[in-house]
Amino acid sequence: MGPLVPEIITDELNLIVALLVGVAFGFILEQAGFSSSRKLTGLFYGIDFTVLRVFFTAGVTAMIGIVLLNGLGLLDTSVIYINPMFVTSALLGGAIMGLGFVLGGYCPGTSFCGAAVGRIDAMLFVLGGLVGAFAFGEAFPSLQAIYTARGLGDLTLPGVFGVSPGVVAVAITIVAIGAFVATGRIERRVNPDGPVSRFPVSRHRMAAVALVVVSVLVARLDRPEARLLATATDRAYAQAHPVRMVTADEVAFRILDDDPRLQVIDTRDAAAFTAFGLPRAINIPARDLFGKTWRDILGRERDLKVFVADDEGEAVTAARLATLLGYENVAALQGGLGGFRSEILGVTAHASVAAPNAETLDFRRAAAPKLTALIAARGAAKPVVRTAKKVAGGCGV
Amino acid sequence: MRAPYMNPYLAGVLLGTLLLVTVFITGRGLGASGAYRSTLSAAVETVAPQHAAANPFYAHSPVDTSPLKSWLVFELIGVVIGAFLSGVIANRLEFVTERPRHVTARRRLIMATLGGALFGIGAQFARGCTSGAALSGMAVMSAGGIVTMLAIFGSAYASAYFVRRLWIPAPEASHGPARS
Repeated sequence: MGPLVPEIITDELNLIVALLVGVAFGFILEQAGFSSSRKLTGLFYGIDFTVLRVFFTAGVTAMIGIVLLNGLGLLDTSVIYINPMFVTSALLGGAIMGLGFVLGGYCPGTSFCGAAVGRIDAMLFVLGGLVGAFAFGEAFPSLQAIYTARGLGDLTLPGVFGVSPGVVAVAITIVAIGAFVATGRIERRVNPDGPVSRFPVSRHRMAAVALVVVSVLVARLDRPEARLLATATDRAYAQAHPVRMVTADEVAFRILDDDPRLQVIDTRDAAAFTAFGLPRAINIPARDLFGKTWRDILGRERDLKVFVADDEGEAVTAARLATLLGYENVAALQGGLGGFRSEILGVTAHASVAAPNAETLDFRRAAAPKLTALIAARGAAKPVVRTAKKVAGGCGV
Repeated sequence: MRAPYMNPYLAGVLLGTLLLVTVFITGRGLGASGAYRSTLSAAVETVAPQHAAANPFYAHSPVDTSPLKSWLVFELIGVVIGAFLSGVIANRLEFVTERPRHVTARRRLIMATLGGALFGIGAQFARGCTSGAALSGMAVMSAGGIVTMLAIFGSAYASAYFVRRLWIPAPEASHGPARS
């Protein structure tokens, strides 16, 4: 599951990836004409909307791709870098950059392309950029208040509008196509010999329709979590894919045996887990099974991971979900925690709970005080709260 | 003979695919202006280490390595190589100041430097430029990235008219009444 950094691709190798990505980035920008300041600024005078076409097509392509990979369970979007939202500095910085764009004719990435093909103005733009950043850096201590004002964190458009990423993807795709059509008309009028005059219109119409269809199809894939949960709770699926069940006796025996290959996973909420839990159990609510947060523990193939919850059904659902997510050696506690309490811990008090045989009854009688002591020693254990570790990124670092 | 530019939609699909692959592999998008900060941090640390230590702007992590050993610096070295290769293939390599005929080279170079400086300042405020904030931000549906994008293009369009003589010649009398 992506991103491949840092588990599969190390930080050192990542720098080689950066170099290769850069080569492709520079090549594409130059091929598209972004090494020319006159072509870039043509955007602002209605002469040449190439920049807008490349930019929006790239943004929409990557956006739909990310929704698709997430929908297929191939990319964990909860850990990728989201540019944080600081309203004041985003607006102020953007306004300053816009003025810099029309005066200088480049933006930072394109200025490096222009410099690479020998444009002296682009080289000076690069130099100017360093001077500007240095000026900002020197003034940084007094600018920090503006820099961090009105911070809203990793805010995304689906979060702002309360809709799924798929809906946002379709909406932005339609806006982009609308912009292509509108700017094409402007360009035809302002610059009849401009690049748009050489476009085969019917093919572009077909491409636009295809793009909308693709984005709608991808949007329907959205929310893999909901889909997997539905499968995990589906009765027909459950019958076809039974979950391995572990008896309370086996769990008790392995806990007392200090079996290193046993991992008890409690799926109840944090409050219930703090109040009562099995020794050495860890707390992972079912919704946290998605993504990479607990992958290190869940991915240990040789460990038997026993899901426990108040009732058996909940534990089975969590175990089935873990299996659907590709984890192996997963089981659920038979009878739930309620069963564990009455059968094992309450063996003397609940004489009515029948043990299958005398041997088991002896085991339970011996185990109950030891387990009770272990549970008491555990005390009110607070669950370890893990939040997904974000990838560092963006231009600030 | 210079090769024609690539179809913009094709270039866009290629660029978007590259961005997608980058996010899939590294969890982050493309960028450019962040390399300014890394380069400056390295320079200031070398020249005036105490001065650098006193200003959080020059701080970087991990502390014990050079700030030049950063993802964006390596990426930008790649950008220069890639653009150069493209320029060779398309026969576009030329050591020249690109300018409209009516603008002097001196004026164009001053404006390029000034524009660069503004971008240098603005990109630090906005935590990214057209690549890192606008394009990559759009791909991950970041509200911050999209607000920055709207601010860049809004400001550029708003000021374009006032500096139009940097790019478009004044209409000549022989061409009839002046265009609006």
